[in-house]
Amino acid sequence: MTPVEPLTCQQLVELVTNYLEDHLPPAERARFDSHISDCDACLTYLQQMRTTLDFLGRLSTQDIDSDAERTLLRVFRAWKTRPQAT
Amino acid sequence: MTVQPEIATAPVQPGLAAPTRADPGELRLLASVRAGDEAAFATLVRRYNPTMVRLAQLTVGTRAVAEEVVQEAWIGVLNGIGRFEGRSSLKTWIFRILLNKANTRAAREAGSVPFSAMHAGDLDGGEPSVDPDRFLGPESECAGHWASTPQRFEDLPEERLLAGETLGCIAGALATLPRTQRAVVTMRDVEGWSSEDVCEALDLSASNQRVLLHRGRSKVRAALEAHLRPEAR
Repeated sequence: MTPVEPLTCQQLVELVTNYLEDHLPPAERARFDSHISDCDACLTYLQQMRTTLDFLGRLSTQDIDSDAERTLLRVFRAWKTRPQAT
Repeated sequence: MTVQPEIATAPVQPGLAAPTRADPGELRLLASVRAGDEAAFATLVRRYNPTMVRLAQLTVGTRAVAEEVVQEAWIGVLNGIGRFEGRSSLKTWIFRILLNKANTRAAREAGSVPFSAMHAGDLDGGEPSVDPDRFLGPESECAGHWASTPQRFEDLPEERLLAGETLGCIAGALATLPRTQRAVVTMRDVEGWSSEDVCEALDLSASNQRVLLHRGRSKVRAALEAHLRPEAR
């Protein structure tokens, strides 16, 4: 068997999502882990990605505006009093 | 259905493959809505409507049309409530109805693209996650390794990192993503949906969902890095 080629940094950045999603096959995950264990730059990249996700999580969904809610409650009342389908 | 070659061949983990089923709390809420409880309906609306409007807007373009489509979807939800059996989670069921309404509307409106027809371009295989210039070229002994190291965000002054502008940069980057990438990143990373629920709601294969998520997240990261670069203001 040929020895496994180590990942380059450029290849690693393309695997980051599959890594974080826990979707790398075990051998690929091992190559990933071995690369970041001695590449500070890629470890930093991974950390940047985690920070990005943390920020994305802070973009809260804007609250529903009360106009839309009032309209939908009217829709609901109309539905409640609808003639029953057979 | 387009068949995407699966690159990673890890077995799907048991328990992750099936979409989430409705939980008892959701079923109780739905029973109350069915019985005519307005407060229960308002709870549903507050929980899902903002995301529904956002998603509809990705398909039909304008906010006004999106709101109409969402209203049609709520009517569809109410009319179908007796048929919901809890085999998917409540939210994926609601979003499937929404997506059907949005696609029907998009097919009628000039200039709108049905959501299902948008995947192809946004999947775009060749697009690198990081500018290739950041890596050493083939002439180097260390080809493919970083030429300019990424910056440690942890070393930045906290007020820089936590400034409102930083969140604004993230929001701006998200807003400029291609639509299906934006939908996936919004649902996964902003709203916290599981990948199974996103696949179910958007009618995506698991591998396409991951590709869209990867492309979208990579661009948001790149925007954040550019924003936080020391020489940038």
